[in-house]
Amino acid sequence: MEELQSTLQTVPLNWYIVVSLTLFCIGTVGILYRRNAIAIIMCIELMLNSVNLLLTAFSAYNGNSDGQVFVFFIMVVAAAEVTVGLALIVVMYRNVNSADVSLLNKLKW
Amino acid sequence: MIRNIFFFLSALAIFGAVMTVFSRNLVHSILYMILCFFAIAGHYLLLNAEFLAIVNIIVYTGAIMVLFLFAVMLLNLNKTKKISLGKVNLFASVISGGILLLVFVAAIVKNSESVTPVQLSQDFGSIKHLGKILFNEYILPFEASSILFLSAMIGSIILIKKEHR
Repeated sequence: MEELQSTLQTVPLNWYIVVSLTLFCIGTVGILYRRNAIAIIMCIELMLNSVNLLLTAFSAYNGNSDGQVFVFFIMVVAAAEVTVGLALIVVMYRNVNSADVSLLNKLKW
Repeated sequence: MIRNIFFFLSALAIFGAVMTVFSRNLVHSILYMILCFFAIAGHYLLLNAEFLAIVNIIVYTGAIMVLFLFAVMLLNLNKTKKISLGKVNLFASVISGGILLLVFVAAIVKNSESVTPVQLSQDFGSIKHLGKILFNEYILPFEASSILFLSAMIGSIILIKKEHR
């Protein structure tokens, strides 16, 4: 417990915010850059994880455990999302024989 | 000491994330993502959220990333032809992501109030404490998440199933 108190004393909250925002922006760049559907879902996972880190940091600095419960629920939703997303990618692979999202342009104006 | 651990874990997480985005091989990308998740679990340990650290390793690296690897290997996605991504696309995405980061960091620096951390109770972040909160205050969302899981499972099975005419 003394370890934790010294962590919170020596590392300011702003550093945690900057780290998780950097991870979030890297995830955004990945979503814009990658063309593979699996890579795009992985970048969404990265963004969810950065938000998890931010919520955990806030909960530790405020001494409130509710943030950690929220992180738990975010993990639940992420797992469900990945299940459905990979099923959709399998269906897409059956139809167009590739996982490239730029091939799916039938609805593009 | 703790500051050094924080810098090391942050550098590891950001390195893993960058390599995830920019590595061409999809399997390498997944492995770098696992590295990034381990670094984030280390951050959780540093913040005394031991339950979340264990759950992060079990759920993300144990279940979700293995699911990704299975999907890549079963569909043989690694062998698909290389598509030229284009320099313009790269520049546009990096510049827009950088501008987003710039706005975020500027907003933080602008109102940088130093938060004084409160004194934590003895069992903060422990499994016992979190379990009590989860099953008293958050019992309804917990049950709803089980229904969400069930519907996701049924939905993915229905999607995957081949149509029989």
